[in-house]
Parts: sequence; C-alpha cells; structure tokens
Amino acid sequence: MIELFKQPNIDWMGKAKFFFGLSLLLLIIGWTSVFLKGGPTGGGLPYSIDFKGGTNVDVRFAKAPNVDQLRSALSAQGLGGSEIQAISDNAIPGAQANEVVISLEQKGQADQALDTSKAQVLTALNVIYGQGNANHPDFNAATPASLNDILTQRDPLVLTINAGDRYQQLAKSILQYRDKEANGVLTNFDDLAKVNGVTAPVLSSLKDSYALGPFTIRNVEIVGPKVGAELRLQAVYVTLYALAGMLVYIAFRFEWVYGAAAVLAVFHDVLITLGFFSLLHFEISLTVIAALLTLVGYSMNDTIVIFDRIRENNRLLRKESFADVVNKSINQTLSRTILTSGLTFLTVLVLFLMGGQVLRAFSFALVVGIVVGTYSSFGIAAPLVVAWVNWRGHGSAVGAGPAAGSKARGSEGAPGRLAAAGRRS
Amino acid sequence: MTPNLKWKALFILAVILFCIYFLVGYPTFPTSVAQVKDNFAHQIKLGLDLQGGTHLILQVQVQEAVAQETDQTVDRLTAALRAKNITYDEVRRADDTHILVRKIDPAQLNAFRDLITAQYGNVWDLGSAAGDPDSYTLTLRTGAIAQIQETTMNLSLETIERRINALGLTEPTIQLHGRKDNEILVQLPGEGDPTRAIHVIQEGGQLELKLVEDPVTYTSQLDALQKHGGVLPAGTELVPGDAPSRSVSGTPDVGESWYLLSRAPIITGRDLRTAQENRNTGNPSLYQVNFSLSADAARRFGPFTEQNINRQMAIVLDKRVYSAPVIKGKIEDSGEITGNFSQQTAHDLALVLRAGALPASIKFLEERTVGPSLGADSIRHGVQASVLSLLVVMIFMLVYYRYSGANAVLALILNLLILLFFLAMFGAVLTLPGIAGVILTIGMGVDSNVLVFERIREELRNGKSAPSAVQAGFDKAFLTIIDTHVTTVVSAFFLFLFGTGPIRGFAITLTIGLIANVFTAIYVSKTIFQYHLSKMDRQGELSI
Repeated sequence: MIELFKQPNIDWMGKAKFFFGLSLLLLIIGWTSVFLKGGPTGGGLPYSIDFKGGTNVDVRFAKAPNVDQLRSALSAQGLGGSEIQAISDNAIPGAQANEVVISLEQKGQADQALDTSKAQVLTALNVIYGQGNANHPDFNAATPASLNDILTQRDPLVLTINAGDRYQQLAKSILQYRDKEANGVLTNFDDLAKVNGVTAPVLSSLKDSYALGPFTIRNVEIVGPKVGAELRLQAVYVTLYALAGMLVYIAFRFEWVYGAAAVLAVFHDVLITLGFFSLLHFEISLTVIAALLTLVGYSMNDTIVIFDRIRENNRLLRKESFADVVNKSINQTLSRTILTSGLTFLTVLVLFLMGGQVLRAFSFALVVGIVVGTYSSFGIAAPLVVAWVNWRGHGSAVGAGPAAGSKARGSEGAPGRLAAAGRRS
Repeated sequence: MTPNLKWKALFILAVILFCIYFLVGYPTFPTSVAQVKDNFAHQIKLGLDLQGGTHLILQVQVQEAVAQETDQTVDRLTAALRAKNITYDEVRRADDTHILVRKIDPAQLNAFRDLITAQYGNVWDLGSAAGDPDSYTLTLRTGAIAQIQETTMNLSLETIERRINALGLTEPTIQLHGRKDNEILVQLPGEGDPTRAIHVIQEGGQLELKLVEDPVTYTSQLDALQKHGGVLPAGTELVPGDAPSRSVSGTPDVGESWYLLSRAPIITGRDLRTAQENRNTGNPSLYQVNFSLSADAARRFGPFTEQNINRQMAIVLDKRVYSAPVIKGKIEDSGEITGNFSQQTAHDLALVLRAGALPASIKFLEERTVGPSLGADSIRHGVQASVLSLLVVMIFMLVYYRYSGANAVLALILNLLILLFFLAMFGAVLTLPGIAGVILTIGMGVDSNVLVFERIREELRNGKSAPSAVQAGFDKAFLTIIDTHVTTVVSAFFLFLFGTGPIRGFAITLTIGLIANVFTAIYVSKTIFQYHLSKMDRQGELSI
C-alpha cells in the first residue's frame, strides 16, 4: 500500500497565529494592489467587458499585423483611445502573435447605436487591408450556407440534380478545415486540397468565386454600460446569497460557529484570489465568476470534511482538549486533503497551461483558489472555531452539535464544552 | 454472488448501457465512427461560446407604448368632448401616464364625469388638478400600465420571432430575458455577422397610407406652420420625408421635405396580406416593395381611391414619407413602396412588413459574436485539457489504490456518462462555465472516492477484516459525502435562482453532477467492492 503520510502528528492549532498572519499578509498584498490601482470599482479590479461595458473586437490576421499602422487607422476613425492587445496562443510555442483584441470604452452617448464602434473598427481595418470585392467575397468570412450556394451554383462535381446534400457536407468540411486547421484565416486555397472531397475542379471554382481576406473577426463583444453595472451587482449578490445558504445549512448540520467559520474562510479565499487578479492583471469576466464559485465549492468541501471529522472525534475523545481534537482531525484527514487537492490542482494546472487564451483567466482563478481554499480549511476555518471555543469556554474543549444523529453525548462533559456548543442532544 | 448483489450489478450495467445508447446510439443506430460523433453532437448542444454565433440582448422601450396609449386617449377624449358639446380649454398629455383637461365648464361637470366613468373609468382615474380650478387630471392606473407593458412585450417577442424566423437562420432562440427591465434575448447559433439580423429586428415596420392634404411640401416644420398662420388645419400632421420631386436635370432634390398629411391613416400595416420585393419598373437598378391588401381593407381602399383621384397619397413608413404618388385611378388591393432600395434592403423591408410592426422601439443592450474558429479553439483546448487531466487523475488512482483505483476510475467514468446523459435529456447547453461545473464535479467525484478509500485503509490499519473495513469505511464517509454535496447543491440552488445565463448553466451542470456523484461514489463503488469481496476468501487482503 502506497501511503503519503504515516500517522502525521502536527500541531496545527499551535501554528494558528502564523496562519492568521500569512492570510493577513496575502490579503494586504492583494488589496493594496486593488486600492493602489483605483479601488474595487475604479479599475483596481480589472473587470472584463462583461462588467464594465464597451466594445471588444478580436481580429486574427494572416500575417502579424503592424500595430502602429493599426493604431493610426483607428485614430483616423476617431477611436484614438482604443487599446490594442496582442494575443499569443500558448499551444504553439514561439508562434507570432497574429491576433489582436481591440478594446474600446463604452461611449457616453446613450442614443448612439451600440455597434457604432464595431463598424468604425471594421472601417479602419478595411482602410488598411482593402475591402473585399463584391464579385469575389472574402472566403475567410464565408458561412456554410453561402459556400453551399456557390458550390451548388458552380457544380464543380457535375452532380446536377443528384447533388442532394453533397455540397452541404463539402461546405461543412471545407469550413471546418478553415476554422480548425487554419485557425480561421486561410492563406492559400491550395491548402484545401487536404480536405476530403476537394478535387481540382472544386478548388478552381473556389478560386474563381472567392478572394482570401487578410484577416477574420474572431469575436465581437459589445456590452452597454447599464448591463455591465447590473451584472457586476448581480454577481456580488448571487455569491453572497450562495454563501448565506451554505452558512444556514452548516449551522443546521453542525453549529452556528462552524457555519460562520466556514463562510469566513471561503470569503477569505475569494478575497485573496481577487487580490491576485488585481496583482497579475487577469480580467474578471462572467466565466471567472463561475470559477470563483467553483473555488467556493471546493474550499467549502475541504472545510466540511475536516469539520465532520471534528464532530466525530469530539464524541470519541472526550478527555482531550478541543484544540487536540481538531489537530487530530486535521491529521487524520490530511492524506485525503493532500490527495484530493493535489489531483484537482493538477487538473486545473493542465487547464491553465493548455486551455488556451479563452480559458486562461478562468483556470487561473482555480489554480490560485484551490491552493488557497485547501489552506484555509485547516489554516483559517478550523483555528477560527478553536479560537471561538477557547474564548467562550476558557480553554476547555467543546463538542460539535449533535445534529448528525449522535446519541452518545451524555451530560457529564466538561461545562466548557457545553457552554459553546449551544445545543445538545 | 448473492441474488441481491446480482440485481444491483444488473441495474448498474443497465444504467451504463442506457446512458451510452442515449448519448451516441440515438436517433439512428450508428454504424460508423462519424455517425457516433453525429449522434453525440445531436444530443449535447454547445453554447454559443463554444459553437460560435451571435447573442443579442435588447430592451423594448415599453414606455413608448404607454405614452402612445395616453396620446390616443387624448385624441378620443377630445372627439368625445366635442361630440357632447362640453366646453373645455385644453386637453393634453401631461406626461406618459397623465392627461390634463383644463377649464371644464362647471355647469357641465356632471356630464364630463359621466363621460369619463362610462368610457374611461376602467383604465383611468379622475382627479382634480392641483392649483387649477375646474381642471382635472386623468391618471393611468398601475394595473393598466402593467397590462400595456405585458401586451407590448408579448407582441414584440412574437414580432421579433416572426422576423428572425423569416431570415432562415438555424435554430434561433428568442425569449424573454431576466425578470425585469423588459429585455429580450436573441441567440443565433452559427451566425458570424449579426448586422443584418440587428437591422431586421430594429426596423419599426409601421406602414401607414395617408392622404396628402396639401400638394406642396415644406423645407421645415417652421416653414409649414408659417404658411398656415401658425396653426395646422384640424386633423392633420406634418411628417418628414425625402424630397418628392426631381429637378429638370433628373437629380433628386436634396434635404428634408415636410408633408402635410391627414392624421388618420387609410390603410395600416395590419391591412397587408403580402409584401414582396421586386425590381423597380422605372429604374431596373433599384428595387421596390409591392404589397397587396386583405379583402376587408380592399373594400375600403377601392371606394376611397375612386373618390380621391388626382390627389396624392403618402406612403409613410415609421413616421417617414417614402413616396407620395398621385392616385391615377381606382386601386383595388395593391400598392408599392419605392425608394433607394437594394435587393437586400427591399427584401428585408418586405419581410418586416409581413411580420408586422413593433409596438415600441428596440434598444440593443448587448451584442456578442463568437466566430466559428474561436469556438473551435475553445472546444479543442477545453477537451484536450480535460482529457489529459482526467487521464492523469485516473493513472494516479490506479497506482495509488491499485485494484480499488480501478473501481474509482469506473465510478468516475460512469459519473461523467450520467452527467452528460442528463444534460442531453434536459436539453441543457454546454458552455464554458458549464465546463467549470464538470471540473468541479470530477473533483468532488475523486474526493468522494478518496474519502471512502482512506477511511477503509484506516479501518484496516485498526485491524478490521476486509468486509467490515469496507462496510465501516462507506458508513463513516457517507455522512461527510452527504454534507459536502448538500452544501454545494444548496449554493447551486441559489446560483440558479438568482443568476442569469452562464451562472445558471454552471449551477445546472453542478447539481446534476453532484447527484450523479452520490450514486456512483456510494452505490456503484460499494457494489463493486461487495462483488470483489464475495469472490475473495474471508481472510484475503483487499487491494487498496
């Protein structure tokens, strides 16, 4: 049997002061960054477009674009304040950044059509790269339907009325090649020869009907300012409601102090993770909120496993001090804690390294969150309960509530145990 | 094997087979790998963030409909007061929900009150206007406002639905969004360029045919007012439009022109039977929209045009005059809208006219378009990373817990299968936040197994025999697993209740995953252990 720990015997509660200090330090570092950069609503937390409103246009080019030229073309459209951020794809090491995200603040005029800025960005791009010609539309902008139309009309396979859905299938595979293998921008029609079913006549009719545009729009996000502010508020409320729900459930299953400690610990995890987002400037989007909620789930899970053990041990080890019971519980669950957290950490680390640009901020939240969440279950939640019990009971141990169905608890326990327990069976 | 155990094993096998069949063997039984893929793609729908497509959130300006109701009431009330010979100074809209009636003759107050109660009493409240004797305020009731808002939202939703459906896009979603603020969500999977959809949605589509009261046009509203001595003739209004005439050289006059039209329309968009784009007969490079009227409208339109031969009739679209042709003869049931239309704009206008007018204007709050290549990127990266991490976890479990690890791996795979099955059954869409839910599920699945296994090891260390250690391990870990899972489900419940869009998707995936997890980590895993124990002699060692 492989074992990570053989009967660990660590005095966790003796190190509580160190843990509290460490947490305080992490909180201070992160939130100093938040406040130095303008506070939680003033830019200290780098909100994505989801929460602040604005326009993002993600453009992928066939060749690495000239950013200066792009900037001056945007200025000519009155978009001088736009931010151009190069995106590199980690999956291909050493690849040039062929992709940029052009971000614009939301314009003040409420009556202005929402997509004005997008249209201006497109105009600027067309000024530099030339506009597609009406007789030869851009292949990189073709949709399955339009490609199917052209193929059916040209009929390179001479299928006439027997075509059925052959051209539809062909159009689908051609565009699948463009989007998956060529990353959305095809640079040479001859590359399509690799696609199953693309014969020389098909290729030549494609060449006759289409031109190859030098860029493609990968993603457009336009969010009105009202929506952004509303979503931000909603995300905060939803998280608070979820925490309150957990607090009530844990209080019901254990005791109020356990619920409070668990929620405080989880709250601490979220705050530290947000601090890291500010420090390293990862954008907080709706997806990141989902990641934060995931980490709330994980951290809570770890905490409850330890609490559960405390509850159980408290019934068995009546003679020991409460701090010793907690220490023992943490030690007994330690290999489980390390195993589970280690495995999940590995999972999200893979996601962070391989998940590509879209998943990066999301998996970053989980990478940080799982480390902090695991730590907080024994470093914050458990010591908080011990501190409360010591304060209420002047040093003697206190049992967890009996809601789990214990009938073993007698009334002969030390008075201190009962003082803080609040309820007994 | 005891009969009980046999039934359990059969039940688990049936669940596995059913899930697999539902996910890949349906609707047509697959005979090739491609068909398996097709079936799977048919069952598991991807969200727009993974599939590519356009997501729009728009707001219906319902207060416009309320204001319109108030305006119409002002018109009707004015007519009614005149008909009953009740004298008054002025009837006007004070704001969107209030009408001010000034200086009613005190002698006719009772007649006025009766009129209001009889005709408007169910929708309007009558009260004295503050600080103005003999004047009264009509207030639109809250219930009536809510009614107008609801009708407007439903009508807008239906109209937008008809318009989008007519564009022929694949599987569009049009639904109310959120619980307040009159928002509508439109999702167009696979649509990379929403410009046209946005245009078609936003078009008011309110067509009116009105008689031109004054053959000349004016360059501004002021100009028109001056020519009429400051007051427009009763029952008329000024409507802007493009210049009607062409100069001798044939170039159109530039700038706005104002037409004096009769207020009441002869024909509105509701009277249309069909509308179709056609090449302009006079100028083949342009397009026009031809429409025909319903039989009922045609019965009105025929006599009307006969009586007004040689007068002009304006074609007004969204409060703008498109053209004002002279009525040359009796027209039964058809007409045309000419203007500077290309084939596509004419096509879209015809579509909008067929679909009907919007009851209020539309404002866009949010537009997101994910191109197909970005969606493909996200899927590829997400799937690669998930598969790799799943493999790492499984290999680790096998090495660390040996044969029992195989048990955990099986439970994990079954967990994923059941999760996917329920996602498919509820028609839920898999989004990026949904993948977060899947990851959390996998994490908690691994955790449940680790909890149980560590517990069994502890019991073994304490000297228990294999069967009793397994029993004790499951018993003791059971409460912990229930507590962790219920806590997470409670939070997911709140997320579902108060969250929107992506957060809801996360909550749904998570809840299903956790329920599946309790089943696999406790029921399935325990059954496998029991099976293993039944094959083993009493003193044998458990491979854990």
